[in-house]
Amino acid sequence: MFKNKGIAFKLVLFFTLSSALIFVAIFSYNYLVSRKMIKKGIEENSANLIITTTSRIEVLLTSTQKVPQNVAYLLENTNYDESELFKIIYAIVEKNPEIYGAAIAFEPYAFDRNKKYFAPYFYKNNGAVSFKYLDKFYDYFTWDWYQIPRALEQPQWTEPYFGEGGGILMSSYAVPFYRNVDGARQFTGIIIVDISLDYLRDIVSSIKILNSGYGFLISKNGTFVTHPIKDYIMNETIFSVAEARGDSMLREVGRKMIRGEEGFSATPVKSAVTGKSCIMTYVPIKSNGWSLGVLFPYDELMADITNLNHVVLALGVTGLLLLALAIVFIARSITRPLTEMANAAVQIGKGDLEVQLPEAKAGDEVGKLTVALDCMKTSLKDYIREITETTASRQRMESELKIARNIQMGILPKNFPPFPERTDIDIYASTLPAREVGGDFYDFFLIDKDHLCFVIGDASGKGIPAAIFMAYTKTLIKAKASTDLGTGALMEQVNDELSKGNDADMFITVFCAVLNTVTGDLSYTNGGHNPPIVIRGSGEVSYLDGPGELVVGIMDGSRYSTRTLALKPGDGLFLYTDGVTEAMNDAGEIFSTDRLKDVVLSCRDKTAPEITGFVTDAVNDFCQSAPQYDDITMMVVRYEGKDSLTV
Amino acid sequence: MVDWGKVNRLRGIPARRVIRAVLFSLFFFAAAAGPGAFAEAPLKKASFIPHWSPQAQFAGYYVAQEEGIYKKHGIDLLIVQGGPHRPSSEILGKGDADFGSIWLSTAIQKRSHGTKIVNIAQIVQRSSLMLIAKKARGIKRPEDLQGKKVGLWGDDFRIQPMAFFKKHNLTVKIVPQSYSVNLFLRDGVDAASAMWYNEYHTILNAGINADELTTFFYSDNGLNFPEDGIYVMEETLKGDPSLACAFVRASIEGWAYAFDHPDRAIDIVLKYMTAANVPANRVHQKWMLERMKDIIMPKDKDAAVPGVLKKEDYERVGEELKRSGLIGAVPDINEFAFGCTGYVQK
Repeated sequence: MFKNKGIAFKLVLFFTLSSALIFVAIFSYNYLVSRKMIKKGIEENSANLIITTTSRIEVLLTSTQKVPQNVAYLLENTNYDESELFKIIYAIVEKNPEIYGAAIAFEPYAFDRNKKYFAPYFYKNNGAVSFKYLDKFYDYFTWDWYQIPRALEQPQWTEPYFGEGGGILMSSYAVPFYRNVDGARQFTGIIIVDISLDYLRDIVSSIKILNSGYGFLISKNGTFVTHPIKDYIMNETIFSVAEARGDSMLREVGRKMIRGEEGFSATPVKSAVTGKSCIMTYVPIKSNGWSLGVLFPYDELMADITNLNHVVLALGVTGLLLLALAIVFIARSITRPLTEMANAAVQIGKGDLEVQLPEAKAGDEVGKLTVALDCMKTSLKDYIREITETTASRQRMESELKIARNIQMGILPKNFPPFPERTDIDIYASTLPAREVGGDFYDFFLIDKDHLCFVIGDASGKGIPAAIFMAYTKTLIKAKASTDLGTGALMEQVNDELSKGNDADMFITVFCAVLNTVTGDLSYTNGGHNPPIVIRGSGEVSYLDGPGELVVGIMDGSRYSTRTLALKPGDGLFLYTDGVTEAMNDAGEIFSTDRLKDVVLSCRDKTAPEITGFVTDAVNDFCQSAPQYDDITMMVVRYEGKDSLTV
Repeated sequence: MVDWGKVNRLRGIPARRVIRAVLFSLFFFAAAAGPGAFAEAPLKKASFIPHWSPQAQFAGYYVAQEEGIYKKHGIDLLIVQGGPHRPSSEILGKGDADFGSIWLSTAIQKRSHGTKIVNIAQIVQRSSLMLIAKKARGIKRPEDLQGKKVGLWGDDFRIQPMAFFKKHNLTVKIVPQSYSVNLFLRDGVDAASAMWYNEYHTILNAGINADELTTFFYSDNGLNFPEDGIYVMEETLKGDPSLACAFVRASIEGWAYAFDHPDRAIDIVLKYMTAANVPANRVHQKWMLERMKDIIMPKDKDAAVPGVLKKEDYERVGEELKRSGLIGAVPDINEFAFGCTGYVQK
């Protein structure tokens, strides 16, 4: 999907994404670890805080508990009368600043056989100590403070209550006391002391955790004894709050609290003050079975690490942005010259070599590429200039060659039949130059009425030099041919002429023959040329025997022999150059002398033009589309004899 | 106008729908007749005392007062604060209040002992008095209470428990119960008395789960004593029966309004509680209001319409009081109860 996007885009995407991944990994790890550390810190700190707080509460409660416990011990082990009881109770209230009031309440008729209710009560009143009896209107027997320790036979702290005086939250510690009646322990009454919970509230409300964390105290019933929200105190229990919130977890925590367990709430508890999620820890107050809860506002605990994380996050994001910018910058510095070069290359491709390349500023890969492209451009320019020049000269040459070819073709006789008035000889020749100007040549002319000279040759090399050499040879032969001279002598003279000043070491193969049209005698000399095929009127076809002699023009003073062959009317010669036998097809096979012989054999009865046409077709069929490497020249001379004249 | 027997004969129609229809016609009557009859007349002064401190047990009256329903019915009402030390029957007897809510069993005894009070509406049809025990202490059936310590309130709150124990042949140790349930919570007693709408929820909100408790409803044990009713002194009633009936209609309308607008009702109740310096707890009052609906308009199909004192209920309570020796003879229901809208079953 990003295949067609630029390098800059890919680089930015890849580096930014991978860096972001690394950053997220580090960030998460850091966050988790620091959170764990903070949590651990809270647990330790809260443990300290809670121990301090609960021990302060315990000190208050236990010191209060001692007073009635001692009195109970005293009452159980000494005799006392009303005035002594009064003194004791008065002293309790007067000497203990934390004790608001105290009473000793007797069972019906236990103190005085005539008194159902006997419960002297001393209490603080505007700085002084006041006294009253708890009477039948108060009916203390059914009050919790009396009933519960009596039923349970053990001292009890009462549920908190509002003192009659006016809204002071109080709790009382009630201790049952007994007397021995006939050896049995008989319940006699309750000693009770009232304390204000203000001091306790101060202790708990001194718990301040960060901004909004707080502590609270619940009674054995789950009733709030202290809470930052005043309305909660005595009106709500932790269970009613749980019910109002529909929070069954909080109810479970509350049940654990009133069972005297300690621990942390399993799930966050909502702060009643701020509504924030808090971690809550709770611990029992052992003396009275109440429970202290402390709420640690989660977000405030995590504030430092949250702030740190915000900073880290901001830094990370900024870093990533800067990284992306840097990558964009670097990528641009690479891709801009690349883009320019790509555009320049396109321009160059279109042929605009004057296009301006970006400047190579650095020695890096891009710089080298720029230099290379510039070099290429310069080379191309030079090359194209050269080509232009070469092409011009070549065009000139080609036109010259065309002229030369015309001249060459002009040299070679092309009018057939050449001697239309004569029926005794049938001549046809064709040449197919491989290049514009070939080295092959043929010629035929009558030396006199009865003697026909015909020549075929192949100059070494190709092109103009070969053509000139060939033209020169042809001219020489034509100039020197005479009935007085044998073909061997003719060849020697021509050889000597050609050898002179042949600095180029050129040579030519020449087959030269003279036919006596009267007798049919043929004298011939073969200067290194391919042996012609003799076609007999009887149907035999064979290569002219006898070894070829030295090629012409290579060595001054070479000797050539004159050979003879008797032709009967109907016989003929098929002459050719090596362009025929060595014609090559795509498979690399040559046409070969054997194949040539077979072809000639198959058309031996035909006329001269027909035979050349037949062979040409055969060679073309063989070569198919393979290029022609050499000139292909053929000539057929057929001797019809004198008889034919008469025919 | 509305014949309860006729209502009973409407077979195939769900009881609740019938009740609703009856209630509606009642309120329709009240709404249509009230303002038309009293719009021009000056408001009559009257006072009412509930038989306990302000709480949702009396939500209908507070709501009717705050929502102007009493005024609509031509009454300029003063609600006198009640409480444990101010028994409404005594206040009524002294003439310190015109109307009062009283328990049926209390009222029958008062009438029987000469206080000429008349029931003009039976509001609470189902008894909410109950016994509660902890399953953990092995109490699951009434028999399990044998020999156990049972907390009982005094006076009229003992009539049903004693009959209950007698019915099940139980001997229990009775422990006088105060207004708190702490003795029960601390296991000072094995079972404790509770009002369904009050102490039962207090116990739940002291951290004991409902499934940890065994409950014995007297109403489920053939001891259904209808509770709160509206009473007036015979003299007062004779002097102005239309005022008494206007008060009844307005009060029932107040209850209907409270059940339809529980949040508003609780706001009003909490306001009265705060004013009376009584500990106020919203969820507790919400619970109480919901239970009041359950006992004022019970779902049983033969329960009476709010306001109606069924003869069989009356006789059940009266007979039990007589059996307990609390009264000599059951007063005549026609003297005891006055049917404001003529639908008291005679």
